[in-house]
Amino acid sequence: MLKVVGLNSANELFRSIPQDVQLNRTLKITEPLAEIEVIGVMDKLAEKNIASRKTSFLGAGAYSHYSPTVVDHLIQRSEFFTSYTPYQPEVTQGTLQYIFEFQTLACQLTGMDVANASMYDGSTAMAEAFLMAQRVTRRDKVVIAETVHPEYLAVAKTYTQHGDLEIETVHFDKESGRTLDADLNKLDDKTAALVVQSPNFFGCVEDLKLLADKAHAVGALLIVVVTEAISFGLLKSPGACDADIVVAEGQSFGVPLSYGGPYVGLFACKEKYVRNMPGRLAGIAYDQKGNRGFVLTLATREQHIRREKATSNICTNQGLIALAATIYMETMGRRGLQEVAMQNAQKAAYAAKRIAEIEGFSLPFSAPKFNEFVVRAPKSAEEILTELSKEKNIIGGLALSRYYADNPNDFLVCATELNSKEQIDNLVQALSEIK
Amino acid sequence: MSITKVTSHPTQNEELIFDRSQTGRVGYRLPKLDVEETNLDEILPAELRRDDDLEGVPEVSEVDVIRHFTRISTWNYSIDLGMYPLGSCTMKYNSRLNEKVARIAGFANLHPLAPESEAQGALELIYNLQEDLAEITGLPGVSLQPAAGAHGEMTGVMLIRAFLDKRDGVKSKERRVMLVPDSAHGTNPASAHLAGFTVKTIRSTAEGLTDMEHLKTLCGEGGIAGLMLTNPNTVGLFETNIQQICDEIHNAGGLVYMDGANMNALVGVARPGDFGVDVIHLNLHKTFSTPHGGGGPGCGPCCCTAELEPFLPTPRIVKNGENYKLDFHRPESIGRVKAFFGNFGMMVRALAYIQTHGAEGLREATEAAVLNARYVGHHLTETYDKPYESDSMHEVVFSHKKQSRKGVHTLDIAKRLIDYGFHPMTIYFPLIVEGAMLIEPTESVGRADLDAFIDAMKSIAEEAIETPDLVIGAPHTTRIGRLDEATAARKPVLRWKPEGEATAKSA
Repeated sequence: MLKVVGLNSANELFRSIPQDVQLNRTLKITEPLAEIEVIGVMDKLAEKNIASRKTSFLGAGAYSHYSPTVVDHLIQRSEFFTSYTPYQPEVTQGTLQYIFEFQTLACQLTGMDVANASMYDGSTAMAEAFLMAQRVTRRDKVVIAETVHPEYLAVAKTYTQHGDLEIETVHFDKESGRTLDADLNKLDDKTAALVVQSPNFFGCVEDLKLLADKAHAVGALLIVVVTEAISFGLLKSPGACDADIVVAEGQSFGVPLSYGGPYVGLFACKEKYVRNMPGRLAGIAYDQKGNRGFVLTLATREQHIRREKATSNICTNQGLIALAATIYMETMGRRGLQEVAMQNAQKAAYAAKRIAEIEGFSLPFSAPKFNEFVVRAPKSAEEILTELSKEKNIIGGLALSRYYADNPNDFLVCATELNSKEQIDNLVQALSEIK
Repeated sequence: MSITKVTSHPTQNEELIFDRSQTGRVGYRLPKLDVEETNLDEILPAELRRDDDLEGVPEVSEVDVIRHFTRISTWNYSIDLGMYPLGSCTMKYNSRLNEKVARIAGFANLHPLAPESEAQGALELIYNLQEDLAEITGLPGVSLQPAAGAHGEMTGVMLIRAFLDKRDGVKSKERRVMLVPDSAHGTNPASAHLAGFTVKTIRSTAEGLTDMEHLKTLCGEGGIAGLMLTNPNTVGLFETNIQQICDEIHNAGGLVYMDGANMNALVGVARPGDFGVDVIHLNLHKTFSTPHGGGGPGCGPCCCTAELEPFLPTPRIVKNGENYKLDFHRPESIGRVKAFFGNFGMMVRALAYIQTHGAEGLREATEAAVLNARYVGHHLTETYDKPYESDSMHEVVFSHKKQSRKGVHTLDIAKRLIDYGFHPMTIYFPLIVEGAMLIEPTESVGRADLDAFIDAMKSIAEEAIETPDLVIGAPHTTRIGRLDEATAARKPVLRWKPEGEATAKSA
């Protein structure tokens, strides 16, 4: 082939690269490894992830749930995972159809009118929602509850640091664990949006209807963040509470924890804001013979057409993970999504009740919870959790001191359908033995 | 000609899942609740609970789900089926080994907030991949946090912004111009905008390279924050003046960001850090073969000079003796760009790709990718208008000029390729080539397949003369024909709704 194109050696392929910037040496990277060797290297690394083998009550934005076998099986069909983003609809109808189903399911669960084809994850979806609210309202302030996932807030701050958007924080009520009503006077006629998470970072379910009314009273939007998508099966939908934009992390829908990613962000809003939405949208279209198909649509919002005036710099969506979530939602179906949500609420309620009975331990927040709750310990939560992990092989939750310096004795416990009664009882037993 | 495409065959007419739904049907089973039940009202008062009974959410069996997705999957083209010559997208083979290792329980079941001491393997893996990418790019600071190419771009330009703000203090606000060539990806100006920069466009020369005179003029106008450059550029040419370009920008007080979309032409051959580039993003889903997945997930690491390293997103993964830890104390950092640590599953796959290839294999892949594009360019240059004479790197661009005289345009040629069993090339990009057809074969195609592709392209060119309607009406072999995208955008239907309810339309 080199001869055909008139060359004598592979080196001549790179004639247009000036000699003095060519590498002219071998990269300092491993020798090629055989499959057996790569598996050996990876197994050894995976082995060091001790936490992956322990009973765990960690949540806080990433959750352990059961994923039906069909989910991972179907996403490994090469027609799905080795396909490109669906620019050529005639040969990507499979992808476009599941995106349309994903958008529909996201609307049904959030109670919203329209949803996009997905975002990178919940945190970036929230940052995009900030920018969208700024575009829609032409106002430059966002008021956010302190009980939104701290890493989400950090991401939003990064995204908006050069966009003239002011971010103001609302404190939480120390009794209920919910957004502090009195602090909502920070909402004013400059506010683009009020942002709350429900269930919030402490696991407390917010009164979304009340918050929507407060936001709307000053002409601001209500952005609702959901990090635990399983809660949609039981909690009143943000749409039913009159939210304007809903963003959610979809990892709970059949997606492995995988040390934080890849996950999938859901992004839904009221119909009137659709042309201000970021991200891809699939819609129905017909061919000349009247056959129904699907295409990417409303692309005039996007970067490849609008360039610097686009609604976002996002290029594609989270295709394969959106597919996993779609298969999960459809396999669990209407009744499965309800039952799994119910089991989560029941397991957490049981765990909370048992832990509260241990001497010295209490539940500081009174608001209703879904599958996570804060426990106040008689001493440093960090110490307790370290001891628990070392002595009993249980990861008992997340010490809140990671994010909130004021609460050294508090930790966040999450119980899901994967935590058996035996595991919960063992946790309770272990906590009660703490000295 | 009469070709019936949609038949009554069930596998070709799989409906939406919502149309398959049957009340009472289930496809899951959970264990019985094993804890004593609490009265639901005690857990959650009724006013906080859903009252719509999830109406409309499908009720289907497991086999319904399997058939549904298996059927619709057959309507997709995929790399495993054949050549996927999308320029700028690097559709190379996705090794099954990479899929296997990403699913090892010790990775898949690891919670991102697990104690650092109990997640050492994951941190070590991220660290090792960072080291390899630093060696490949010649840029020592690496963050794997960005989730995609555009996300890595945003991170990169924000690093530039943070650097300038620190270096110039308040005077930094006089430096807000980001130069972007007219051949750039649309994400470049969109990302620059997010970092608060205004975009000025640099012209390309008739030879397809950055116009040095125009670059100098723009630099002379002042206010230069930096340049966003793809190299090889989007017409598939290496910017031979790359060192002078970087010097111009540096002399004007700005920094150079390189869009790494086309790194598949350079790995093992040349390193951006050695050209004078300050920051680059990579696409693990292009160059390092993590699957495109029908449009994500990706991973868009950001690699930079030691000077820019303090500004990288937090937390950083650092090595401390034999241990790895997360460093959150980075006062100059631009902040987080994503919750947790990025798309870890993609990092596992990319590292497996690098280890399978080794240093020599990576260079060989680059050579094969460039040779394949050169071969296609060589064989089609008589048939299609090739706007730039210079040697192409890993991708080659043509225009429809010769065919459009007969009324056959790029879109038609692309659609007709489908009938020949190939995925279309990238079309109408870059914007500077009228009716552009950007072809990137990648290294994952052998000579026989390249020849078949070349034959198909030649055959289509003949058809464009002899039977143009055949090309204009393509594709003829797919389930559906060309879709009316204009109507779809004018009257958008973006979700399913039960019969009787109006489907959602936009405001």
